Amino acid sequence: MSPGILGKKIGMTQMFRPDGQAVPVTLLKAGPCMVVQRKTPPADGYDAVQLGLVEFIKPRRINKPTAGRLKAAGVEGAKFMREFQLAPGDPDLKLGDRVLVDQFKPKDKVDVIGVSKGKGFAGVVKRHHFRGGEGSHGSMFHRAPGSIGASSYPSRVLPGTRMGGHMGNARVTVRNLEVVDVDTEDNVLVVKGAVPGPNGGYVVVRRSKR
Amino acid sequence: MQNALLTKFIQKNKRAEIPEFRPGDTIRVHVKIKEADKERLQAFEGTVIARNNTGLGASVTVRKVSFGQGVERIFPLHAKVIDHIDVVRTGRVRRAKLYYLRELKGKAARLRERQ
Repeated sequence: MSPGILGKKIGMTQMFRPDGQAVPVTLLKAGPCMVVQRKTPPADGYDAVQLGLVEFIKPRRINKPTAGRLKAAGVEGAKFMREFQLAPGDPDLKLGDRVLVDQFKPKDKVDVIGVSKGKGFAGVVKRHHFRGGEGSHGSMFHRAPGSIGASSYPSRVLPGTRMGGHMGNARVTVRNLEVVDVDTEDNVLVVKGAVPGPNGGYVVVRRSKR
Repeated sequence: MQNALLTKFIQKNKRAEIPEFRPGDTIRVHVKIKEADKERLQAFEGTVIARNNTGLGASVTVRKVSFGQGVERIFPLHAKVIDHIDVVRTGRVRRAKLYYLRELKGKAARLRERQ
């Protein structure tokens, strides 16, 4: 069993459980993945596998060092590669081994890591859920942050004060999502709930630790 | 455009057959109801005043007047609790959402049969 798998977000929909409950689900195209590199304690100081999501890539888009690495592992093409640490108890994966969605079964818990949608420079209401002021009735305070600290003491703005700034486009982990369905034919993994990033964005699916 | 795999997933999970009906039609929806350990069917008959077609979330709004009181229920079409749907009669209407029926009652709320 691999500690995880790589994939792409397909999109969200909903489905019904046998008991009739409606569940919001996200479809992920997970795998096929291949082991691109095997890191071992003697050579690298730790135990890990580097997986690559196998997909079509134009040969001129791969640089020569990467092409050499992929060739050594027997991978046709991979754009997205990520490393998974192996715990002592994990079964061994060798260079060129395939990792497919059949690793997962319904009721499993997974963590999904993706890059959230970028929101640009966002104000304090959107970014930190400040309440803002009234729109009208003579109010002159709308979406401004208000006070950002006291005056003569401390005479500075405390580090970590919430203000406007860049929002999104950051690595986000969603923990303990339930696997609802697995389609081994199309390599589709169906998880309950939302997953960070746009449709088509790359995601890392990792077995939950707790 | 919708992803092909998403379309396939919807095709796989949707209800096998939903009879064809449109806003204005009168339908009878048979809902499974669990009581203690017994399961029975309860029917809700009324006029379709709206349809919402969004993949597996598709739903239908059914309105009826019960003892002078208007009652509307929204049924998710692909839900497992819905046993089956019968089309009772058709109705000729000129718009997709019949919310104006809420303001009407008695004779004014009648709909002509579709040819």
